[in-house]
Amino acid sequence: MKLVSDLGRYLLLMREVFSKPDRVRVFIRQVFSEFQTLGIESLGIVIIISIFVGAVVALQTAYNIDNPLIPLTMVGFTTRQSIILEFSPTMISLVLAGKVGSRIASEIGTMRVTEQIDALEIMGVNPANFLIQPKVFASVIINPILIVFSICFALFGGWLACVFSDIVTPGDYIIGLQGWFEPYTITYALIKTAVFAFIITTVSGFQGYYTQGGALEVGTASTKAVVYSSILIIIFNLILTQILL
Amino acid sequence: MIEARHIDKSFNGQQVLKDISVKFYPGKTNLIIGRSGSGKTVLMKCLIGLYEIDAGEILYNNRIFSSLSFRQKKVIRQEIGMLFQGGALFDYMNVEENVGFPLKMFSGMTVAEQQDRINFCLNRVNLKNANKLMPSQLSGGMMKRVAIARAISLNPKYLFCDEPNSGLDPQTANLIDNLICEITQEYNITTVINTHDMNSVVEIGENIVFINDGQLWWEGNSREILESDNDVLNKFVFASKLIRKLKTR
Repeated sequence: MKLVSDLGRYLLLMREVFSKPDRVRVFIRQVFSEFQTLGIESLGIVIIISIFVGAVVALQTAYNIDNPLIPLTMVGFTTRQSIILEFSPTMISLVLAGKVGSRIASEIGTMRVTEQIDALEIMGVNPANFLIQPKVFASVIINPILIVFSICFALFGGWLACVFSDIVTPGDYIIGLQGWFEPYTITYALIKTAVFAFIITTVSGFQGYYTQGGALEVGTASTKAVVYSSILIIIFNLILTQILL
Repeated sequence: MIEARHIDKSFNGQQVLKDISVKFYPGKTNLIIGRSGSGKTVLMKCLIGLYEIDAGEILYNNRIFSSLSFRQKKVIRQEIGMLFQGGALFDYMNVEENVGFPLKMFSGMTVAEQQDRINFCLNRVNLKNANKLMPSQLSGGMMKRVAIARAISLNPKYLFCDEPNSGLDPQTANLIDNLICEITQEYNITTVINTHDMNSVVEIGENIVFINDGQLWWEGNSREILESDNDVLNKFVFASKLIRKLKTR
């Protein structure tokens, strides 16, 4: 019953969120500001995680290919496919759900409990639209760009693993990376990321927007935002994979 | 003028406001007083439309506010300024941006005109050289003054203040009270102040509404309140020894 009620409140909130902004110029400025706070400030963690996971995927693939009939170029190929199809769009989105989702929920939740949202409403501003819509647009645009960076750095991480260990030569790894490439996999990864970005921002915005109480409830909203976003990402990962591949 | 007609409000089956009819006049400091939990904050939130009322009507200069949609209310809301108990300044904006926010959203002024208006409002509340400070760098009194500057930036017809001097030392509280009073008279604003500070009641209460147990219990001014023979009101007003002494004199 609570689930149905929450879904109804979520949909009603989305109707408010996706109404026309009060001032388009202010909205555009907010979107650019959110590029910075939600996107560029996450670049560091995305790069670090991608390099190390890319290296681990390359090493584990090489470790598991012990059949002399399978060419070592398969390490590059398998690493690339794993990174593009699953690691970058899904794992990095889960990381962003933690970083960005908790930030959004706590920011909006704090605004709610300190009456800043009431202040917006009294001024005649639509608070849901003003606070959540720029975040949704910014994330849906910037997260796929982050994922492209993630893919590049993860593949670079795999190459570093080949350079610093002698299980596969960097040359074989590069040949594998270039082989049997299907450009649609990139489209698939970007579509998934955009959907996940929408989930992260709207679910976190919803949790923050309906916070009631004080600091404790802001913390609870932040935790719920991360947990629910992560669960929905996993569920939609399965649905989108079934639909798109 | 703001008028409430027979308004009722309940939460989870518990009636918080019962058949309240009251008028708040322009150019006067209208006070809503009452004990904690008496329903005065709910009344104020109903007046500004943050809570939907269950029954009755709320009128702003004979325009029925309570039956309007969000978009229709927007026009009236741009005539309202609100000072929240904690200031409710936007954390991520500095003082200047906070005061200029309503102008940026609704005024259609050029950047230079907005800047002039911001400086005027900040000067009016006696805040100088604070334009670039962030809310976290302000004292309680400064925060209230910035909130007042923001509330008056669009030349409101109606000003609502929720416990404007709570958490302030007596001297600063007095300054804030006087500032609100001056602004009310200067711009002929209908000001509604929610308070349980008896000093404010005595100093600036031109039209006082006493709410008890969700009902309108008494109406009058600061002189009448000291002479009233209403038992419940007297228990509230003369709870402090200082005010009791004032009456005996």
